[in-house]
Amino acid sequence: MKTSHRYALSAAGLIGFLAFWEGISQSGLISTTLLPPPSSIAPSLVSEIKEGIWPMMMWASFRHYAIGFFIGSVLGVTLGVLVALFPRVQASQAWLARVLRPIPPLAWIPFAIIWFGITETAAAFIISIGIFWINYFTAMAAVQAVDKDLIEVARAFGHRTFPALLKKVILPGAAPGILSGLRAGLGQGWMTVVAAELFGIEGIGQRMMEASGLLATNVVILYMFSIALLYGISDYIFVAVQNRILAWQR
Amino acid sequence: MAKVIETEDLSVAFGEGDEHNIIFRKLNIAVEAGEFVTLVGVSGAGKSTLLRVIADLIPPYEGSVKIDTPRDPTRRRIAMVFQAANLMPWRKIGENVGLGLEGIEVSDEQCRERIQSTLDLVGLGDYGDRWPYQLSGGQVQRIGIARALAVAPDILLMDEPFGALDAITRTALQDELLRIWRATQKSVLFVTHDIEEAVYLGDRVLLLGGRPAHIVNEFKIAIARDQRRASNEFQQKVDEVKAGLIDAMALSNGAA
Repeated sequence: MKTSHRYALSAAGLIGFLAFWEGISQSGLISTTLLPPPSSIAPSLVSEIKEGIWPMMMWASFRHYAIGFFIGSVLGVTLGVLVALFPRVQASQAWLARVLRPIPPLAWIPFAIIWFGITETAAAFIISIGIFWINYFTAMAAVQAVDKDLIEVARAFGHRTFPALLKKVILPGAAPGILSGLRAGLGQGWMTVVAAELFGIEGIGQRMMEASGLLATNVVILYMFSIALLYGISDYIFVAVQNRILAWQR
Repeated sequence: MAKVIETEDLSVAFGEGDEHNIIFRKLNIAVEAGEFVTLVGVSGAGKSTLLRVIADLIPPYEGSVKIDTPRDPTRRRIAMVFQAANLMPWRKIGENVGLGLEGIEVSDEQCRERIQSTLDLVGLGDYGDRWPYQLSGGQVQRIGIARALAVAPDILLMDEPFGALDAITRTALQDELLRIWRATQKSVLFVTHDIEEAVYLGDRVLLLGGRPAHIVNEFKIAIARDQRRASNEFQQKVDEVKAGLIDAMALSNGAA
């Protein structure tokens, strides 16, 4: 399929969905409070911007997200790589990881509040947990999957120390896997950001709770789409960077 | 002539040095300066393993390997060409060729010159800026050879480098290898399972067999190289080595 053709179909799918939704809302079958039409998003955006709320909430959520993403990614990748490199460490973490991993990030909310209070740190902490585990496991798997023959080639050509092998083979070889983990974390982070703010930390989640309390469902929808927008932009930028780094792949 | 490689009662074992996993025992082989030696043998006899021990990638179990070539900080003494060239896919072709130059005493300028001249030598002078995935199997194998030549080694260890190639490409690369060998005066130890290839390329063919493996036979190839393909003598020599290999197989199976 030609690229232009594919874009046209993708756009048609999205527009069709919005049109269908608008039609149902306008038909009066369902109250616009229960299901506000997409056309109500623009006016609510204008009013939220006029009151200065939208940019403030977007910025606050972005901050929590960015800090959580950074901390979770750095710790996850670093520990995942280290664990994969040392069999003893790997054995000692196996059960521990199995116990801690299934705990959803949101289950940490009580402790986040007790430890950090209703603060931005608490939100960033919760966001970082989900991102940490994704990166921890993908980085570990990526390092384990590095081609042993390439390590032999590097050794045959004189790169025999651990730092040299790490730099010349293991990290570049694991890069595609590590990057795909970072990208998965990028999406996971936006999913937890709203929940992390529901208990009163300033941001998109808190504003959505306020709006739903007032039955201002059109505002809720506005922020749902705002998150989609933020995710879309961050993923687009990430993929552009990733493609540059992995230019060597077909 | 001076011996550049000499193994002394070399034994190699896998596992924790367990006697039952001895691959070969008390192996004594030598390669002289400028000599092209080919090594054929029963599969599983440890041909590739022997190269890896000589290249110091696997430790010997007993005995030792003596390498007698001048030490020079701007070169590496031994370089290896692998069956699957295993280029680093994230390095451009030129950077792959330069892999062994990192860590020896060559300036960036010399490094670039050596990469370019070895690329020219294997006939891929314009390919330095490409990615490995853009090359064909034969081209990748040439880069594997260039990568080894770039470190200006005295000894070239080659582990079935043409084994995975189609017949036409293989023939072309054999001739190219001989041309390079004549031009560079390297000592070559070349492992192959293709007897015609062994007889065509070698000054001497070593036959590895038995269990544990040892050199069961050795054939001097005295035919002039430009007359090797398709001469009667060549065919006779190939048949002779083939017969030797069949005996060696019987020996391996009998001992098992």
